[in-house]
Amino acid sequence: MTRMLLSGNEAVAQAALDSGVNLGAGYPGTPSTEILEHFSAIGGAAQWSPNEKVALEVGIGAAFGGAKALVTMKHVGLNVAADPLFTVAYTGVSGSLVIISADDPGMASSQNEQDNRNYAKAAGVPMLEPSDSQQAYDYLALALQLSHQWQIPIILRVTTRICHSKGIVNTADTKLSPSECNFQRDIPGRVMVPAYARPAHRRLREKLNKIAQWNEETEINEIIPGGKELGIITSGISYVHAREAAPEASFLKLSMTYPLPLNKIRQFADSVQRCVVIDEGDPYLVDAIRAAGICVEGKADLYRFGELNVERVKRILANDTTAEPAPPKGKPPQLCQGCPHRHVFEVLSAKKCIVAGDIGCYTLGVLPPFEAMDTCVCMGASISVGLGLRHTLPEDQARRVVSVIGDSTFVHSGITGIVDMVYNRPKTGHVVLILDNSTTAMTGLQEHPGTGRLLNHEPAYQLDFAAMLTAMGVDNVHVLDAGKESDNFEQILTDSLACDQTTVIIARRPCILAAKKIREYQTKQENAC
Amino acid sequence: MSDQVTNIVVAGLGGQGVLKASDIIAEVAFAAGLDVKKAEVHGMSQRGGSVTSDVRFGQGVLSPMVPAGQADYLVVLDETQVENNKAVLKPEGELLTIALINPSNLKNKRTINVAMLGALSKRFDIDEKLWTDTIKANLPQRLHEVNMEAFALGRQVG
Repeated sequence: MTRMLLSGNEAVAQAALDSGVNLGAGYPGTPSTEILEHFSAIGGAAQWSPNEKVALEVGIGAAFGGAKALVTMKHVGLNVAADPLFTVAYTGVSGSLVIISADDPGMASSQNEQDNRNYAKAAGVPMLEPSDSQQAYDYLALALQLSHQWQIPIILRVTTRICHSKGIVNTADTKLSPSECNFQRDIPGRVMVPAYARPAHRRLREKLNKIAQWNEETEINEIIPGGKELGIITSGISYVHAREAAPEASFLKLSMTYPLPLNKIRQFADSVQRCVVIDEGDPYLVDAIRAAGICVEGKADLYRFGELNVERVKRILANDTTAEPAPPKGKPPQLCQGCPHRHVFEVLSAKKCIVAGDIGCYTLGVLPPFEAMDTCVCMGASISVGLGLRHTLPEDQARRVVSVIGDSTFVHSGITGIVDMVYNRPKTGHVVLILDNSTTAMTGLQEHPGTGRLLNHEPAYQLDFAAMLTAMGVDNVHVLDAGKESDNFEQILTDSLACDQTTVIIARRPCILAAKKIREYQTKQENAC
Repeated sequence: MSDQVTNIVVAGLGGQGVLKASDIIAEVAFAAGLDVKKAEVHGMSQRGGSVTSDVRFGQGVLSPMVPAGQADYLVVLDETQVENNKAVLKPEGELLTIALINPSNLKNKRTINVAMLGALSKRFDIDEKLWTDTIKANLPQRLHEVNMEAFALGRQVG
């Protein structure tokens, strides 16, 4: 046993290594990013995939072949990966498949605060929720074991305060090796045509019934006896807030929160005078518990917004629905001084463009002094939302529509938008700006297929955006440094907006935070040649 | 339970070393054999905006976040960040700002976070060597000397 101080993300990575995970795949996204980076740094095999759907499918393939696979993503990433998620629940796996869903209640760095516990129920995938770094370590190992035992994928659902909080972890004495993989043909189990999928759905529900039985008995759903006046049912980070807020109460800490141990919950609720369910985010637990006819209290609707903390749990327990004190107003984030995107937004602002924006550092172009962004919905939406605007707005407005997307986001889900642009071509054409700073900057400078380096910064094939766009049928493709070639950039943008053609301008210059590191990787690469 | 826990909040702006400072405090507490938790937020909030990080150590730390009005120490690396964070302090809590250190005495202004750790370290009965060893372990060798000087300055004025 080794005593370590680890963030939840590091703890998951350490557990993956100690449990012999064969392969980790994911797409960077706060608060999940450091899991695969740390796994790679300590010796695990990890890769960035172009997006979460690809990552999950890679994980499914690995787990079909008998591997222990780990797939990581932020909450909204699971929307992208939802298609394979719902069907891998039917197929199951031979090895192990654990999906990390890193939710961001309070939206520290996200566009929404969806509660992905709903996915576990919707897809029929068992879910574990750790409350601290130690449990992040323990439950990743347990999830791998349960996934193999029940031949089913497992979601390990964490939140920002689990991922990015550090705590003490005592690691396991026994270290497992990666699995020996061997393909076993199982056509009815793995090929989801309707004739095979119908029985597969029944098999899934049978498995879930058995897992629910197991969950009634397991010690991970822990009862902490206290006073009989107040009993609290909770999970995840809310558990530690609630223990601190109400040290005198009895607790039922739920660790596997799908399928729920409803008998255990009923017995606990019956054992106390007042039973309150503390849910961060959606009323996930309380709705399920009430639907089972168990009498419990939930929280007032105002506590659905934002993350919980000790004070908010105290207010929930006191049924206090008065206005909460305003959170401290800090200095908002901004595009770095010297950021290559700044000039682009100055020009878009001056030209009064209608800017369909996207997800990344450059979303900060929405803030003063630029205020040069009009929409931001999800990864890749800049291009397709821009097309929708182009198709339907009156011509004078349509001609001002520009889609702005970063390099990593473009690879993630912008390419299909380009296909739509050349296929369902707007009458006024369209203009797409790829702000290529040669890194995934917002999440902390991760590599992607366009950088030509792997997760561990070793060289890889570099996706050639310009050649790809030309081959796809875009009329005009320009590559330039918008800052250094300022006049040229403005002229090309003006001309492109005026004509009826499709244009992609790749504004390329490394992120100032990444430039030094990129030079180091390149030098290392050249020296190796 | 909270009586047995020391609560520290470090505040500043992105790029000032707030997270490095809070990492060091947490590692010192860890090395001293205490229970410890540390919370911070990454991502968009770091692009030059306000950054805070919470460290709690003692016996049996539960929530990783310091509740409002519960901080024993608020360490602020930028004067503009005092107002928006001071509500986190206990009535008897202590505010430590860079006014403690005369920044012109620092060879390298970027060592202000380590200088503030020097001042903070005087508040605890924890071996000074644990602090200096932890600081060194968190920084490249070439920065050791200048940071040790900053730490010593903080100890002196703190």
